[in-house]
Amino acid sequence: MNADEMTRALKRLAHEILEKNRGGENCLLVGIQRRGVHLANRLKEYIKETESKKVPSGVLDITLYRDDLTLLHDQPVLHSTAIPVDISNKTVILVDDVIYTGRTTRAALDALMDLGRPSAVQLCVLIDRGHRELPIHPDFVGKSVPTSQDEVVEVRVNELDGVDEVVICQREEYRQ
Amino acid sequence: MEWKHRSLIDLDTWSREEIEYLLENAKNMEDLLDRPIKKVPALRGKLVVNLFYEPSTRTRVSFELAEKFLSADVVNWSVSGSSSVKGETLRDTAWTLESMGADAVVIRHGAVGSAAYLKNKLKRSAVFNGGDGTHAHPTQALLDIYTAWKRLGHLDGKKMTIIGDIQHSRVARSNMIGFKTMGANVVLSGPPTLLPPDLESFGAVYEANPFEAVKEADIVYLLRIQKERQDEGLFPSLDEYFLTYGADERLIKAAAKEALIMHPGPVNRRVEIESAVADGPQSAILAQVRSGVAVRMALLYLCLGGAGKE
Repeated sequence: MNADEMTRALKRLAHEILEKNRGGENCLLVGIQRRGVHLANRLKEYIKETESKKVPSGVLDITLYRDDLTLLHDQPVLHSTAIPVDISNKTVILVDDVIYTGRTTRAALDALMDLGRPSAVQLCVLIDRGHRELPIHPDFVGKSVPTSQDEVVEVRVNELDGVDEVVICQREEYRQ
Repeated sequence: MEWKHRSLIDLDTWSREEIEYLLENAKNMEDLLDRPIKKVPALRGKLVVNLFYEPSTRTRVSFELAEKFLSADVVNWSVSGSSSVKGETLRDTAWTLESMGADAVVIRHGAVGSAAYLKNKLKRSAVFNGGDGTHAHPTQALLDIYTAWKRLGHLDGKKMTIIGDIQHSRVARSNMIGFKTMGANVVLSGPPTLLPPDLESFGAVYEANPFEAVKEADIVYLLRIQKERQDEGLFPSLDEYFLTYGADERLIKAAAKEALIMHPGPVNRRVEIESAVADGPQSAILAQVRSGVAVRMALLYLCLGGAGKE
């Protein structure tokens, strides 16, 4: 996926979110650290362009909620969680770059519930690569990509990586 | 960054990069303290034992809160009424704890080297030094560094003046090591009878006159005076100590404008510090308490998670 395709997909996702939520009423975009944060910011921009309405957004770090903390060799870096409004009684749209096993989403749901009681939670991902290990299904998908388990899907965003693209690499290649 | 420490005995084995990494993590931990639900599941299933041979309220409570906020299971093993009264050695206690499945032991003990000894005797449990005799109190130093680092932005070239009973202070020792690692200069002041003989080995400067010592200091750090020291004849009286070394508004004016005033607590008002200073706008004393929980959370998170270290 190149930059143009990414923009088109994100714009379509913004429209789908608006359509499903009656123009973004009572919605809150929450990006999952780190790439999801930037995707959420773009969705916010596109929503503003379309409806000239500002949907609030926040960032969520799920590190402390991961279920594999005792299995990893190194502790993952903590990032900040910053959600400017109370999430209770809001429709929270979780934004992430890739959905794979579903474990990140599970952790994000737990983290979210500790912050309040949203009236609904929806999930928006740029890439769905399959291989779910939990009963979790995204509401909005930029692109479904069939992959094998020894591949890695990498979403790169301009803000962090200097380029907008999605690439699939072999795991060995990724390690280097 | 690859985190290599599993225990913390003293800061002399920590690099500046490692301390900074912990500070960054502590910042995000501190955010948790403002949430309605302060608990996160990061250390679920881990057993932490707080083994306290000396009375301590704030260090123990601070560790306990940090452990609980990270969802670890916590056991407080305090000396009164425990088997050490019946003559059990530290080594046997250690092995008992390990057999019970402790993943980590926080130890506070009156003997120098007790934390290192414990670490030596334990095969799988991590050990965190909560203060061993007059040797070290590394988590206090980390929380002090964090508090000052957050307020001042960085510690490079900053001047820290520590006033009080240097000789008997593990807080002073660990702070000298930690703040120097972070690039600060440390000046000591206090009664000459309360100075350690090996002062030079820490690379700190001694200045008997507290007004000279705090000149342009960015941090003025007051150590707690233990009243027993007076009975040992090391200084004449608490009143005289206050008049000479106590932090009153006059002394604080001699330091840099907006210098941070720090104290490890508990505070003896009108001994180390005047109330107007302790409760004044420059005082970081309560911020230190809050930092303590955040820093200990970061420490536990970094050291207890992950597999196969050390």
